[in-house]
Amino acid sequence: MATQQIEIILSRQMADCLSIPVFIVDTKGNLLFYNEPAEELLGLRFEETGFMPVEEWSVIFKPQNEKGELLPHVSLPLVQTLIHKIPSHGQFWVNNLKGEMHKISVTSYPIIGRPKRFIGAVALFWKSD
Amino acid sequence: MNIKIWGCRGSIPSPGPEKSIYGSNTSCIQVTDGNNCIILDGGSGIQRLSESLPKNITHIDLLLTHLHLDHIIGLGFFQPFYNPKMTINIWGPAAAYVSLKQRLRRYFSPPLFPIRLSELPCKGEIFEIHNSTFRIGDFKITSEYICHPGPTVGYRLQLGKAVFTYIPDHEPALGSSDFPHNQEWTSGFKLARGADILMQDAQYKNEDYKNRIGWGHSSMENAIDFGELSGVKKLLLFHHDPMHTDEQLMELYKKNTQNRKLSIEVELAEEGKSYNI
Repeated sequence: MATQQIEIILSRQMADCLSIPVFIVDTKGNLLFYNEPAEELLGLRFEETGFMPVEEWSVIFKPQNEKGELLPHVSLPLVQTLIHKIPSHGQFWVNNLKGEMHKISVTSYPIIGRPKRFIGAVALFWKSD
Repeated sequence: MNIKIWGCRGSIPSPGPEKSIYGSNTSCIQVTDGNNCIILDGGSGIQRLSESLPKNITHIDLLLTHLHLDHIIGLGFFQPFYNPKMTINIWGPAAAYVSLKQRLRRYFSPPLFPIRLSELPCKGEIFEIHNSTFRIGDFKITSEYICHPGPTVGYRLQLGKAVFTYIPDHEPALGSSDFPHNQEWTSGFKLARGADILMQDAQYKNEDYKNRIGWGHSSMENAIDFGELSGVKKLLLFHHDPMHTDEQLMELYKKNTQNRKLSIEVELAEEGKSYNI
C-alpha cells in the first residue's frame, strides 16, 4: 500500500473543507481524491471509486468543446499543469455519469513541496453555465 | 541499538521539583551502537548529554527534526562543537528557499547567542534532507516531512531488524480524513509502521486539543491511536506539556489507558531512561 506524502494529505484536508469541487492527482495524473462538491458535479462518489488511474477517469467525463467535439487530454488545464508544472486555467464542457452536460471552468496548480519536489496537482472547478 | 532519553519535555525547559520523574529538559535523544553516536534534536537535554560522552569520541551525527527553539536551544552548550578534533555532521529538513545553514545561523548569532556558527572550531558538514533515505554507519535512516508547522521531518532508524521511530512534534489527526483508521492518509505512518519503539508527540489533554487543532501537536489519545494504527511494539508518549507535573502526567496516562484494551505497550517517556532494541 502506498502512503501519501504530507503535502497531498493536507491538500486533501483542505479540499475536504471546501464547498467548491476539487480534484487531487499524483504526478502521473492518477486521481487520488475528489471532494463532495466534485462528487455532485461528476455524479460519482469517491468512497465508491477510490483511487482512479488517469486512463479511467479521463474517459469517464468526456471533456469536449462547445461543438461537442472531444478535446485532446493535452489541452486540459490539469494536464498542462502536470506537463509544465505551472498553474493553468480553462473552460470546457463535460458529460457526467448522470448524463448531464455542464460547462465548467477549471483552475489547476502543481503541488510542489519543499525543496521543489513535484508531487502532484490540484484542480478547482466550477459550473460556469 | 541503545536509545537514551536526555529530554522529553515540550516547548520550553520547565524545571521544578514537581517534574523530577519525567524531567524538564526539551527534546534530545541519543542513539548509539558501537562507535556510532547519533543525536536526535538539540533541545536543552543535549547539554547534559555532552557531559556524558566518552572522551575519545571524535564523530557525532546530529539529526534535527526542525528548528523550533525547543529543539535547538541546547546547541550552543553542546561542548563537542568547541572541540577542533571533533567532526559533527548536522542533518535537518530542507526549506523552500532558505538553506539549513542560514536558518541555523539565526540561532548561532547575536543577539540570541554570542558565538557565530562559522566560529565553532569543530569540523563537519550540514546536510539538507527531505523525504530521504541515507546511511550513518550501519544505520539506515529514513526521513519524511510530517504534519507540524514549518519544515519538519520525523526519523526512522533501522539497525538490522531493530527499528526506532522518532516523531517528537506531530499532529497525525490533522489532515487524515478518517483518523485513526486510514493508514494511507495518515502523516508519519510510513515512518512508524511496525517500529519496535515509537516516540510520538502526546502533549495535550484530549479536551485541550480541541482548541489547539493545527498547532502541530497531538493529544495523548490521538498519540495512542497513532501508535496502534502503526502497529508499533512500544509507544513512548513524548513532548510533555511544560505545564504538566509528574502527578498530572500519571493521571493523564491512567485516564487514557485504563479503560482501553491496548494492542501495544504504552509508556510515558522519562528523562534519563534508556532502551535496548
